[in-house]
Amino acid sequence: MKRDVKGKNQKDVFTKRVMLTFSRRLVSKPVMYRLIKEYDIAINILFAKVLPNETGKLVVEFSSTDEKKIQKGFSFLKSLGVKIEPISKEIIRDEENCIDCGACTSVCRSQALSIDKETFELIFDSNRCVLCEMCIHACPMRAISITF
Amino acid sequence: MGFERTIEEINEKIRSGKVVVVTAEEIIQMAERDGYDNTFKKVDVVTTGTFGPMCSSGAFINFGHSDPPIKMQKVWLNDVPAYGGIAAVDVYIGATELSETKGFEYGGAHVIEDLISDKPVKLKAISYVTDCYPRREIETYINRKMLNQAYLFNPRNAYQNYVVAVNTSDRTIYTYMGILFPKMANATYCSAGQLSPLINDPFYDTIGIGTKIFLGGAQGFIVWEGTQHAPSVARNERGIPIGGAGTIAVIGDLKTMSRRYIRAAVFERYGVSIYIGLGIPIPILNEKIFKNVLVRDEDIHVPVIDYSVGRRKRPVLGIVNYKQLRSGSITIRGKEIKTAPISSYKMAREIAQELKTWILNGKFFLTNYVHPLPKEQNVKSLDINTIDDLEVEV
Ligand code: SF4
Ligand code: SF4
Repeated sequence: MKRDVKGKNQKDVFTKRVMLTFSRRLVSKPVMYRLIKEYDIAINILFAKVLPNETGKLVVEFSSTDEKKIQKGFSFLKSLGVKIEPISKEIIRDEENCIDCGACTSVCRSQALSIDKETFELIFDSNRCVLCEMCIHACPMRAISITF
Repeated sequence: MGFERTIEEINEKIRSGKVVVVTAEEIIQMAERDGYDNTFKKVDVVTTGTFGPMCSSGAFINFGHSDPPIKMQKVWLNDVPAYGGIAAVDVYIGATELSETKGFEYGGAHVIEDLISDKPVKLKAISYVTDCYPRREIETYINRKMLNQAYLFNPRNAYQNYVVAVNTSDRTIYTYMGILFPKMANATYCSAGQLSPLINDPFYDTIGIGTKIFLGGAQGFIVWEGTQHAPSVARNERGIPIGGAGTIAVIGDLKTMSRRYIRAAVFERYGVSIYIGLGIPIPILNEKIFKNVLVRDEDIHVPVIDYSVGRRKRPVLGIVNYKQLRSGSITIRGKEIKTAPISSYKMAREIAQELKTWILNGKFFLTNYVHPLPKEQNVKSLDINTIDDLEVEV
């Protein structure tokens, strides 16, 4: 689950990316606000979805200079009944079959996929990927897949 | 300036290794750096390229006769129906035809790609029995080396410009221009722009029937105007059509093509298509032709079309150019929209470079066309008629 240090100038910032699943009851509660205020954790919501049965799913990046704070935040979430799953899935591009068309970039809302303005090659920045899986469907070469 | 060249002179220079060839992208920088006059005098040929989905494609194949022979009436290649209503062992396999077992995930385009990749393909055919052709059915495997002839014959390729697709409705739609999100959350476009063949010769001064071209990594030819060839579409001040206009029908030997430049494609919930790599050399015969190849992305205008309207005539929401499209966003009706290409500019570049190398190495000579493409023509549409509507009054 440790996705530790990343980014250029953020040497001392701990970052963890997880998928949160929570029930209807919690959907409207200001849980994130409390995490920020009381637990002093920076939160970046990468992907949010409320399913028809009113279960909420969030892909969230937690960061803090103190790793313990993140752990405390997780305990708080667990005490509320939130399910926390590490993100170990990964989007994979089959470079052999990719033609650098850019069709996948049209559905990538997180800017993880883009076309380089000089070389016109596809660039994939996995740090930005929120695993929405839209690109898998958009690729006409079927060159994108996801690992579990 | 009055300076002119002929194709014969250019071919002589190819033979003697003195020919100057640059791509349609390089000529823009060259004219800026070395000046207009110098560049015009120096450059003999400009190469273009495009690599995008071109549904109107397919291949003619002749299998040779089995013993005893069969008149193939209904034919399948890897479970994809091919058209057998021609002579006994000739078929046409269309790129968008779908597999009867795999549906949208495999089609005629995949059969063509598999043949080009030297993979074995399952051939199945059934028929009625005659004295000439006693066999009722056949099932066997083929590859491209075993075929008598296998050539792509694409009725409509290399659209001169196209459109930008958006979706103003409230639901996601699935199109041949990709997945379009509701409320204009994204826009897609499909043209090599300043590298595109027919954009660089907008009035077909050098491109015509008989022109030799790069097709799928092999040498091919333009054989006719493409279907829906519509040169009379409105043009901008540079003479570039604003939207889809001219098209070409092309032919080329599948047996010498390479998978790098012919790729099967699946458009989600739309169907199968095929990416065709195509490049055309433009001989710089005179100043008018030279001026035309200097076209840049910002000189090419293209309409933004609402694909959520499922009608023949779809609303035009605005006009943008390819420089704006390649910047990553456009503004339509006050809304900033993220843009993305469907065709590969990187591969278009590679094709123009490859064609350039062929010419520089004396492997490719230029041709005069034997007949021009129509320069004025509109596209007709199909109406629902009764026989009486068409009955000629005597
Ligand atoms: S899954 Fe694909 S579309 Fe979604 S964020 Fe990741 S790269 Fe972008
Ligand atoms: S859509 Fe597929 S083939 Fe095209 S650039 Fe993306 S990954 Fe590559």
